[in-house]
Amino acid sequence: MIALLIRDLRLAMRAGGGFGLGLAFFLIVVTLVPFGVGPQSDLLARIAAGILWLGALLACLLSLDRILALDWEDGSLDLLATAPLPMEAIVSIKALAHWLTTGLPLVLFAPVFGLLMNLPEAGYKPLVLSLLLGTPALSVIGTFGAALTVGLKRGGLLLSLLVLPLYVPTLIFGAEMARRGVEGLDITTPMLMLAGITCGTIALLPFASAAVLRVNLR
Amino acid sequence: MVLNVSDLTIARGGIKVLEGISFDLAPGGAIVLRGPNGIGKTTLLRTIAGLQPPHSGRVDADPESLVYAGHSDGLKATLTVEENLVFWAQVFGNTDISKAVKSFQMARLVNRPAGMLSAGQKRRLGLARLLVTGRPVWILDEPTVSLDADAVAMFASAVRAHLARGGSALIATHIDLGLPEAEMLEVGPFRARAAELDDFDEAFL
Repeated sequence: MIALLIRDLRLAMRAGGGFGLGLAFFLIVVTLVPFGVGPQSDLLARIAAGILWLGALLACLLSLDRILALDWEDGSLDLLATAPLPMEAIVSIKALAHWLTTGLPLVLFAPVFGLLMNLPEAGYKPLVLSLLLGTPALSVIGTFGAALTVGLKRGGLLLSLLVLPLYVPTLIFGAEMARRGVEGLDITTPMLMLAGITCGTIALLPFASAAVLRVNLR
Repeated sequence: MVLNVSDLTIARGGIKVLEGISFDLAPGGAIVLRGPNGIGKTTLLRTIAGLQPPHSGRVDADPESLVYAGHSDGLKATLTVEENLVFWAQVFGNTDISKAVKSFQMARLVNRPAGMLSAGQKRRLGLARLLVTGRPVWILDEPTVSLDADAVAMFASAVRAHLARGGSALIATHIDLGLPEAEMLEVGPFRARAAELDDFDEAFL
C-alpha cells in the first residue's frame, strides 16, 4: 500500500503528472476575480471566503479524472485488482494521493490567496481550517465519481455532473464556516458538520468506490 | 491441482460466450489456450483471474496463487524500468528484481523511462513483472505480441524455468511458443449456443 502511494506521488511529480494543476487553476481564479469584481475592496472582502471555497472545489474537480483513468488505460488497474491489495485499500490510497497532490497544496497556499482576495484578518484561520477539514471529502467523493466513470472515454463531463451534487454539502458548510470566521461569529456548528461529512465519506465511500470499480472492470 | 475449472460457463455483457469448459492445471504443468479471435479466450482468462464472476460453474484456485498479465502491460511511461519492477515487486511483497531483469535481458535498460522503450521491450518488461510477483500460477493473455523470435525464445525459457520450479502457466496464444510439454486446449468446441438474454439487466451493469 505504501508502494502504491509512493508510486502515485512520484507519477504526480514527474512530467505530465498533473501536480500543481489544481494549484495553478486556483491561482488563476483568485487573480481574475478581483478584475471581474472591479475596484471595490469591501465587496471583495465580503465574497472572498465563498470565492476561495468555490475555487478550491473547481481546482479539485479539474484533476479528478486522472485518479483512475490513467491506470485503467495502461492496464495497471486490472493488474492491481488481481494483486494482493483489497480494492477498498486501492481506492483509499488513490484518494489519499489525490488529496496530497491537490487538496493539501490548496490548504497550504490558501492564506496567500486570501491576501489576493482581501480576506479580513479574522478569516484566515477559519478558512485554512475549513479547507483542511473539507478537502479530504472532495478527494474521496471524487474518487467515487472516478470509479463510476472509469471505463468511459472522455468521461470528464459525466464525472463532473455526477460529483458536483455530492460536493454541495461540503461547499455549503465549508464556505459557511469561513464566512462566519470572517464576520467573527462562532464557527463550531458548521465546523462539526463539515468534519462529520468528511469522516462519513472517508469511512463509507471507499466501499462504494471499490464495488463500482469491480463492476466496471468486468 | 493448483487450478481446477469445472463446467465453467462465461459471459460477456450478459451473453454467454463459452460454456462447459473443464480442465485441471497441475504444479509444473502448462496449458495453451487456442481459438479464433473473439471466441472468448480473454474473457475466460479474466474470469479465472477473478476480474469477473463466472456465469455458472466453478473456478477452484487459491486467489493468492494467481498472477494475471493482460493485453496491456500496466507500465508507467514516466517511471524507469527499475521503478516499474520494484513497484510491482513491493505490491506482491517482494524486493528482489535482479532475476527478472536477467531473465529478460533488461540490464542495459533499467534506468530508462518505460515510455522510451520499444513495443517489444515494453512487453518484455511486462513479462518480467511476472517473475517479481513470485506467484506460482501465471495467467497470460497473448504474451508474445510484438516480441521478436529471440524474445519469444527468452519467454519460452522463462516459462520452462518457472515450470521446473513447480509453477504452472495458462497461456492464450496464436503462435507456437516452442513449449512441446504444454497441453493444448482448443476452446472453439466450447462456443456457447446463441441464446436470448436471460438476465436483461446484466448488460447494463
